[in-house]
Amino acid sequence: MKKVRIGGGAGFAGDRVDPAVTLIEKGKLDYIIFECLAERTIGLARQEMLADPTKGYSRLLEYRLSQVLKPAKEHGVKIITNMGAVNPRAAVAKAMEIAREQGITGLKFAAVTGDDVFDTLDQHWEDPILEFPGKVGDWKDRIVSANAYVDASGIIEALKNGADVVITGRVSDPTLTLAPLCYEYGWTLENADQIGQCVLAGHLLECGGQVTGGYYADPGYKEVEDLDNLGFPLVEFDETGRFFLTKVEGTGGLVSVDTCKEQMLYEIHNPAAYLTPDCIADFSKVRFTQEGKDRVSAWGATSHGLPQTLKVNVCYRDSFITDCEISYGGCNALERARLAGDMFLKRLDRLGVEYTETRVDYIGYNSLYKDKLAAYLSDGRWGEVRLHVAVRTEDRANAVKVSNEGDSIYTNGPTGGGGATMRISEIISVFSYFVPRESVIQQVTYEVI
Amino acid sequence: MKLKEICHSRTGDKGDISNISLIPWDEADYPMLKEKVTAERVKEYFSEICKGAVTRYEVDGICALNFVMEQALGGGVLRSLVMDKHGKALSSALLEMEL
Repeated sequence: MKKVRIGGGAGFAGDRVDPAVTLIEKGKLDYIIFECLAERTIGLARQEMLADPTKGYSRLLEYRLSQVLKPAKEHGVKIITNMGAVNPRAAVAKAMEIAREQGITGLKFAAVTGDDVFDTLDQHWEDPILEFPGKVGDWKDRIVSANAYVDASGIIEALKNGADVVITGRVSDPTLTLAPLCYEYGWTLENADQIGQCVLAGHLLECGGQVTGGYYADPGYKEVEDLDNLGFPLVEFDETGRFFLTKVEGTGGLVSVDTCKEQMLYEIHNPAAYLTPDCIADFSKVRFTQEGKDRVSAWGATSHGLPQTLKVNVCYRDSFITDCEISYGGCNALERARLAGDMFLKRLDRLGVEYTETRVDYIGYNSLYKDKLAAYLSDGRWGEVRLHVAVRTEDRANAVKVSNEGDSIYTNGPTGGGGATMRISEIISVFSYFVPRESVIQQVTYEVI
Repeated sequence: MKLKEICHSRTGDKGDISNISLIPWDEADYPMLKEKVTAERVKEYFSEICKGAVTRYEVDGICALNFVMEQALGGGVLRSLVMDKHGKALSSALLEMEL
């Protein structure tokens, strides 16, 4: 029976690189995927590309590929990644440069593009925004990028044409895993169960170590060995669509039915209708079985046809957030932090700072759960409390005024404040709208070294 | 007894929506959780944090509940003034709920 093994090499742009190298060297993989593209990253990447046309791909692409290209070539592992961000062709050019520097030959690189729909935005000014009231056009002066979540067809075309390294932009995360499986087994939407299993596997792999014991440990409740050497996940499929999930022997972490259950529901709303560009996946009947140490089989996912629309993520310049913090200690710490917080807000009004939203937290007391749950969880004693004030402004000039006021809490505020910090962040946010799927056409280009 | 004694949990985020799973260690406890941990109870528990509807999905395959809380992340993970913008710590709070 034909087996296909795929490793999950990264769960976010800045993820650890050494577990991916271990997967490539010891995982007997056919493919490794790197999911490295967060929603807002696209907006930042497009701003970089506008400033320099040779940029616009994941900032860590160069480092990551410089570590994994050679072992991947040596072990015959194909790479599939969304590190192309808004400029997959520039990413391929950079990958070629790395291969050249390292003396690697015999690799075919593919860039999958077409997800960038910025040039068609003006046809959608009247379209409603999914997340909040309003129309796309309301934000026309602030939009920095618009990219559709595209399906597996571009990656599959690249694999059919012999690509060893496929670099995409905004494909959906599970697509990175689904595409090679559909290519290898020839599965289409008519294979509803197999397609559902592909999305499940992709969903479990896309956050890297989060399914192998990362983001899981809780001493005394949930023990995980050797987090400093956490092994990243791999799946092994057979042609029925059944797969098992495991990690390389000798690495740290844990693969259990419970780690898989937690990750299956991560960022899922209705488990019976998980919308992806490739299908409407259904995880409601999934069963996991422990088949051995760190080895779990998965079965029961299915799918229900194809969504007729694709989701477009729009990044826009939203606002500025200024965060100011300062710590107080001793038995009256909370009262002094409260005094400083009240003073801070009064100062903003006294100075005429133009702001649109504020929030005051007392870290160690209520910053995670606000007052009701904080009181429920606490015994009423705090040896130290850190004041956090966050202020939203429309522009940087007002943000700077907020930040300066944060600095002045020291000498003008309550006694004994220490460790003040201030940070101004420009906020790129995301909203979505839908487009007919046939309006988005993918292209694949190739380079060979 | 607190939920933490018999369950584990993970939070996910999409926009201003937080989802919190509730997974019993022993699948035999699942029917009891279905009966006792209702969407209404979870909404009341997080009343200061979640400003919208709470929907509970019963995931019978893996014997788990999935609570989807709208308007729960301070306006959205990318623009929230909350320190834990993803609401990652909300799962730990749910596990502190008395059964």
